[in-house]
Amino acid sequence: MSDLLRLATAGSVDDGKSTLVGRLLYDTKSVLADQIDAVTRASVDRGLSTPDLSLLVDGLRAEREQGITIDVAYRYFATPKRSFVLADTPGHVQYTRNTVSGASTAQLVILLTDARKGVIEQTRRHAAVLALLGVPRLVLAVNKIDLVDNPAEVFAEISAEFNELTSKLGWATEDVIEIPVSALHGDNIASRSENTPYYTGPSLIEHLESVPVDADSTGTHALGLRFPVQYVIRPRTAEYPDYRGYAGQIAAGSVSPGDEIVVLPSGKKTTVERIDTPDGELAVAQAGRSVTLILADEVDISRGDIIASVHDAPESIDTFDATVCWLGDKGLRPGARLLLKHGAKTTQAIVGALVERFDEQTLTAQPSPESLELNDIGRVSLRLAEPIPADDYRTNRHTGSFLLIDPAGGNTLAAGLVGDVLTSVEVGTSV
Amino acid sequence: MRIAPIMTITTTGSEPVSTNTTERELGLTEFDTLAALESEAIHIFREVAGEFERPVILFSGGKDSTVLLHLALKAFWPAPLPFALLHVDTGHNLDEVLEFRDKVVERYGLRLHVASVEEYLADGRLTERPDGIRNPLQTVPLLDAITEHRFDAVFGGGRRDEERSRAKERIFSLRNAFGQWDPKRQRPELWNLYNGKHAPGEHVRVFPLSNWTELDIWRYIAREDIDLASIYYAHERPVYSRDGMWMTPGVWGGPNENEVLETRSVRYRTVGDGSTTGAIISDAADNQAILAEVAASRLTERGATRGDDRVSEAAMEDRKREGYF
Repeated sequence: MSDLLRLATAGSVDDGKSTLVGRLLYDTKSVLADQIDAVTRASVDRGLSTPDLSLLVDGLRAEREQGITIDVAYRYFATPKRSFVLADTPGHVQYTRNTVSGASTAQLVILLTDARKGVIEQTRRHAAVLALLGVPRLVLAVNKIDLVDNPAEVFAEISAEFNELTSKLGWATEDVIEIPVSALHGDNIASRSENTPYYTGPSLIEHLESVPVDADSTGTHALGLRFPVQYVIRPRTAEYPDYRGYAGQIAAGSVSPGDEIVVLPSGKKTTVERIDTPDGELAVAQAGRSVTLILADEVDISRGDIIASVHDAPESIDTFDATVCWLGDKGLRPGARLLLKHGAKTTQAIVGALVERFDEQTLTAQPSPESLELNDIGRVSLRLAEPIPADDYRTNRHTGSFLLIDPAGGNTLAAGLVGDVLTSVEVGTSV
Repeated sequence: MRIAPIMTITTTGSEPVSTNTTERELGLTEFDTLAALESEAIHIFREVAGEFERPVILFSGGKDSTVLLHLALKAFWPAPLPFALLHVDTGHNLDEVLEFRDKVVERYGLRLHVASVEEYLADGRLTERPDGIRNPLQTVPLLDAITEHRFDAVFGGGRRDEERSRAKERIFSLRNAFGQWDPKRQRPELWNLYNGKHAPGEHVRVFPLSNWTELDIWRYIAREDIDLASIYYAHERPVYSRDGMWMTPGVWGGPNENEVLETRSVRYRTVGDGSTTGAIISDAADNQAILAEVAASRLTERGATRGDDRVSEAAMEDRKREGYF
């Protein structure tokens, strides 16, 4: 079992997200005395009578001035069983792009809702975005459960509604869990609470400690080897005059010496002779590991190529439709010339038609929009100067994802997902 | 791994990370938190080497930059490190740290650039602050060195667990021609696709240790048996108490009339300017003892021993906006 879990939070403003994060840090003893002192001092300076725990997490001047979270912040906590990297994302609708950033690497997302409000529009919007991004596991933390009159009934209703929503969005039942919590009082956070006798499941931390985590963080081991070549290691030293190693981080599958591989997009084939690391050779290396491959034959390979298993190599594509989350301040229109980064390869791209725009509120698609604006999700057709060996995003988050970059300013304009990802979250107007 | 003289490492010969030989023979070496963090950092180093023209590693001789250098050497092994080092020397460093810096540079045959605050003070480009603290003065020599050498990527050992504003920093952090960080205009960072595009004159600060905690750093130092500056381990030293920190006397002044010099067993948790970085009372003389001490500490390393972060609620954010790391 992996002992590192990458997770993110999502939820609308005032659902108590900062309090929940503060509580997770506090209950795992990840907040130290001087940090508490600093928050207490700052709270007193503001005329507050009790420490405002949101000051623990809101680090920027502008955030403290406005009392809201603007940008993703990363928190670290650990229990004896696992270490956690938590991307704490803002809840405001206008910061959806930060939710996308935070959730892109998450193996699990804690979605927060206020028990008094239940599954609201923002819950649906976030769930749809998380489905699109292929987040493998979800927790719905039904917060402020102590503030409703008939908690057992309310929790059962919210759970049922959320289950219906998430199964329509494509999650399996076992990958989704609802937990009634009070972040303020600590109910069902570190330990099961006596205040919720109707709930028999694990506490939030128990669940985070025990939820299965796939080593490649993509939710699948179905693919053969995917190895984006990042860098060619050629020492040219007296000791290693002829050494030629291909360095990278395994994006999917695993590799062993003797494996037959194909280099993409050239299509040349050879076998893996050795897996090198500074700590010695490996007999097998799994997804997630940074290694150096030594190949049996001298083939022409450079940064940006992908080494794949010969048995299930991906197709190299230069014209395709993809789902994009638009993150740029200026909208996207057909004909835009951009840069596309996939793995270690950057190439030129031209946007053809805007196929459809996804309406997160109704969870439906509108055909042929005029433009995609900030935070819009839609399907576009793309044409590339050079082909990329890509997998469907639903099969692999690493080889199925790309960035669109502004060639002039260099800013990241879109998160891209290869394949017909949008269709899988189109659930019609019935939701 | 102990990256001793590179020449002694062979492709099969060095000490395995895992002590479980059977597991290792099967190739099932543990892919735990440290292995995942190591792989992530190595990935980042290789991305930068692949995308930038003139990267440099900011090296202070402290534990984070020593771990950073160790990971960089691993990322390109068995080739020589394709980057130079840059040290911003405040003139207020502890002797042991400078000795360690030079020893490391010699051992691995590295190139070292030094930007000297002392020189800037001598020729009037900078003025000593009334409080004598030199950490904030590092920014100008740092930015000048970046401009002079046309560095386009600058690696730092910053970790997001250190401080609230650092928690908001991207792994690839774009800086304008003035070296400024604008927290409201950060690029989204998605998957493990890092965007290194920048305009001429701009540069990118890169933080491969972003996701490491202080405890991860110490666990990794113990596991890899990484050589550190001696001040991290308990030793007897004449110190005086100031603002709850144990300070070493030096060219930066002190002790004052009402401060008493006494010999204590101490160690440093962070390496910074001698005038603002204090030692802690400690008997922890080896990695295991330090691990136990760090795990039990109720104070963060910066809260315990760094005076410069106590200046204001947003001290770090403000310095970063000016071009500091």
